[in-house]
Amino acid sequence: MNEGALPAWAAWLVVLLAVSGAGFSLTGAFGLIRLKTFYERVHAPTLGATLGTALILCGSMLLLSLLEGRLVLRDALIGIFLTVTTPVTLLLLARTAAHRDRYEGNPGAPPEV
Amino acid sequence: MSRILPYPLLSAALTLTWLVLNAPPTPGNVLLALLVGLTVPAVMGALQPRPVRVRAPATIVRLLGIVLYDMVRSNLDVARVILGLRRGERRTGFVTVPLDLREPYGLTVLAIILTATPGTLWVQYDSDTRCLLMHVLDYTEGSDWERRVKDRYERPLMEIFS
Amino acid sequence: MSATTVLDWGLGLAQGMLVLAMALAAWRMLRGPRAQDRILGLDTFYLNGMLAIVVHGMRTGSGLYFEAALILGMIGFTATVALAKFLMQGEVIQ
Repeated sequence: MNEGALPAWAAWLVVLLAVSGAGFSLTGAFGLIRLKTFYERVHAPTLGATLGTALILCGSMLLLSLLEGRLVLRDALIGIFLTVTTPVTLLLLARTAAHRDRYEGNPGAPPEV
Repeated sequence: MSRILPYPLLSAALTLTWLVLNAPPTPGNVLLALLVGLTVPAVMGALQPRPVRVRAPATIVRLLGIVLYDMVRSNLDVARVILGLRRGERRTGFVTVPLDLREPYGLTVLAIILTATPGTLWVQYDSDTRCLLMHVLDYTEGSDWERRVKDRYERPLMEIFS
Repeated sequence: MSATTVLDWGLGLAQGMLVLAMALAAWRMLRGPRAQDRILGLDTFYLNGMLAIVVHGMRTGSGLYFEAALILGMIGFTATVALAKFLMQGEVIQ
């Protein structure tokens, strides 16, 4: 680790990005246990999957770019990949829950389209 | 053009991905990236994906700006709801939005947008009735959500994938 | 404070927060009440684990952890999709 070359403002900026990203992710996970119904809870992890991930990846890209002395954009691939896959996951989960709730006739079941 | 590059967007995306993964672009890496960008789409041809036609680059930029702004704003809104900082009564519920958008790629992008903005969740889309069922975490603004989806996202998407 | 100290403590704090998020997701995974809640917990667990690995990569200053994070993200996606499909139809491959 050769952080001797890293200026102090960059270190603070990277830490700010990482901690705020982790904060959004933690808030999302907290919502997972705090919200009451399943359909409300599905919204919670999105917090970590969007802004939380974006902030942490920005911090990572900034840090690695400064350390290696060139532009490192690799981490953006994780962001793109996550942006494409999260909708599939949540959509399938929501549809599964809707299917099961309708099948069992639960009171919280979504209306038919 | 169409023989060598059947899917130009896919080729460009693959080449760029390869270059970003193998970061300092040496001549060898560039060559490999071009090779991947040229051969993989040829294999993709066996799957016969629907051709994508994208137009209105200005609209794409505008939509990107709208989505980024909405993403940050709805992240803060949902964080406020979760942490219990939001005053007043909160109602949550399902909203049905009749869509005019029929292009599969447009619907895909709309699904990504609605998921990327926390607080809205795509539950189901019925291609017969062309209605989208979505769940909204903070429903207090009433029927505003239908307008919001149609004006902010659907209309630009119809312009882009027309 | 030197840049190294700031990075070490700040990224350590971020890592701790992500581990706490993983613990909350695990609680939802164990608690349920229904199968879809458990899968949602697993998905969140994977996501936060991936972010923790990214932050660990930042802490060590090496780019090696990037691959691990990418693979973990992919496996998490596949697992969640397979489980959700199983709940819907009772079969994974059809």
